[in-house]
Amino acid sequence: MTDPSRFGVYGGRFVPETLMAALEELEQGFRTIVPGNEFREEMKYYLHEYAGRKTPLTFCRNVSRDFGCRVYLKREDLLHSGAHKLNNALGQALLAKFMGKHRLIAETGAGQHGVATAIAGAVLGMQVDVYMGEEDIRRQGLNVSRMKMLGARVLPVSSGSRTLKDAINEALRDWVTNVATTHYLIGSVVGPHPFPTMVRDFQTVIGNETRDQVMEKEGRLPDAIVACVGGGSNAIGIFTPFLGEDTRLFGAEAGGEGPEGRHGATLCRGRPGVLHGTYTYLIQDAFGQILESHSISAGLDYPGVGPEHSFLRDSGRVSYHPVTDREALDAFLYLSRSEGIIPALESAHAVSLAEKVASGLEKDDVLVINLSGRGDKDVAQVASMTGDLL
Amino acid sequence: MTSGIGEAFSGAGRPLLVACLVAGDPDERTSLDLMREAENCGADIIELVMPYSDPVADGPVMQKAMQRALGAGTTPDTLFSLIRDFRAGSKTPILVLTYANIVVQRGIETFYREAALAGADGIAVADVPLEESDPFCRAARGEGVDPVLFVSQTTSRERLERIVSGAGGFLYLVAVLGVTGARERIDPRVIGHIRAVKAASALPVVPGFGIGTAGQVRELVRAGADGVIVGSAIVREIERTLGEPFAMKEAVGGKVRELASALR
Repeated sequence: MTDPSRFGVYGGRFVPETLMAALEELEQGFRTIVPGNEFREEMKYYLHEYAGRKTPLTFCRNVSRDFGCRVYLKREDLLHSGAHKLNNALGQALLAKFMGKHRLIAETGAGQHGVATAIAGAVLGMQVDVYMGEEDIRRQGLNVSRMKMLGARVLPVSSGSRTLKDAINEALRDWVTNVATTHYLIGSVVGPHPFPTMVRDFQTVIGNETRDQVMEKEGRLPDAIVACVGGGSNAIGIFTPFLGEDTRLFGAEAGGEGPEGRHGATLCRGRPGVLHGTYTYLIQDAFGQILESHSISAGLDYPGVGPEHSFLRDSGRVSYHPVTDREALDAFLYLSRSEGIIPALESAHAVSLAEKVASGLEKDDVLVINLSGRGDKDVAQVASMTGDLL
Repeated sequence: MTSGIGEAFSGAGRPLLVACLVAGDPDERTSLDLMREAENCGADIIELVMPYSDPVADGPVMQKAMQRALGAGTTPDTLFSLIRDFRAGSKTPILVLTYANIVVQRGIETFYREAALAGADGIAVADVPLEESDPFCRAARGEGVDPVLFVSQTTSRERLERIVSGAGGFLYLVAVLGVTGARERIDPRVIGHIRAVKAASALPVVPGFGIGTAGQVRELVRAGADGVIVGSAIVREIERTLGEPFAMKEAVGGKVRELASALR
């Protein structure tokens, strides 16, 4: 019998006993409510009428010419809120509402998941508290303002490194305290079971649409798909329907400052261990203390990764590669100027890796890049980094 | 086989004080002094915390103590050497408390073996619930160390029975819905919870989390607790007296004495 909480040896539920009842209740809700007609109808309304699905699969003439193969972008940047995060936020918020919870808490790094949760809370009439590291609040003023305008409270986290990892710790501490009334709306395929499975299922809409769209346009499945991986939810979302096919799958991790420097390339350079309720690859020291990660993009700046990615790494089904800050920045500017699409810095990592993947493809081969979010949030940062170069 | 912890509970004829300190807080040498001071002032069991960078079950006081200890270079080697040094002059049982990744990185069996060799009597892992506890409990029993498990107000009756059958030493009853840290008052639901858990378990039932005063200790003992665990209220005294070694020893000793007096 396979353990539904595991992906091979990875995953599990490493949480204080106080949270176990909540995880069991959530799993029960996930298994019984989500497949039901009432939930599915509601979800369909929110995804299609409200959030703007399905998102286009755009054939990029200019990138295709430059890369030497047929390149498509899956346009999660065009989803309401500007990133794929909303697929999961709407799904979990709706489930929480069906389960009778009236308060949502979330962690956020770059602020995209915080914004997505604030949007879901606003439209569903639920109270939202978002934990955000003080350091990230300083770096991401625009999204902090967006969350507040949407009616959410932003709670600064001053412990540890004051970034995403510490915001997750604080959200877990809140959940332990308010477990009866509150749902912890985790933002990626991380955390204890059932979160990695549940978030994957809510994000698989990306891959399902991609599959239909590429079949319609090309009459066949793609030869390769590239996505960026921080926690890994947009990547799992687009990969899942292709896991049983011949399509080659690539994950772009945050290579940060490069092979000698600080990074967020958990799968490429980390070691398995336990963090935030799950057994997965981590960036840690010899004794198991978690180290600070680094990336130019806040959304990839996390010392862990979803446990299913750890499994896919070990099995070899997905190939993961680091992309440095510099390469991501170049890809950010390249896509902006070649296609008129400003990508999120996270997604720019995928664009950069895609260029390398394309060098091994033929002219008629089909390559899909998951453009997980748009880059408005990063414009000020990139402008200050590039300065006179622009 | 009765363990050091089991003997302490059965032999005392009164409820026990479990005093919690963080290994290496504020440094290894002072940490050893404070363990001895706590024992001299009436601690019946020492709970020694191996610090972790991301302690999700802990409130601000314990988080800061762990940061101090990690900043001072604390590793599992520090922990084991503290236990060995303390054990050389004392029979007072030691319970190690830590988080899963610390144990997993050392190697689960290796960690339990090293702890047992150093002289630890029990090990509790804050983020290992029943579902993940098999390899940890097996290693514990293999080394003759008590696997101390947690129960909470959210633990169902059916889970409680399975936890009771897997646990050793005592049951760690989480006395708040929340993280560690002294509270103004005891959650009234804890009183009934202690009775319910005691009815289901032959092991001693010992509440921890949120307990900080002699009055609260008496209240829990009246409810039937076989002991109490106090962490943040003691560790806060370290935080308050940083940089003043004599005052620190005095403050920690004083707090332990105050709590112990409520049990005699």
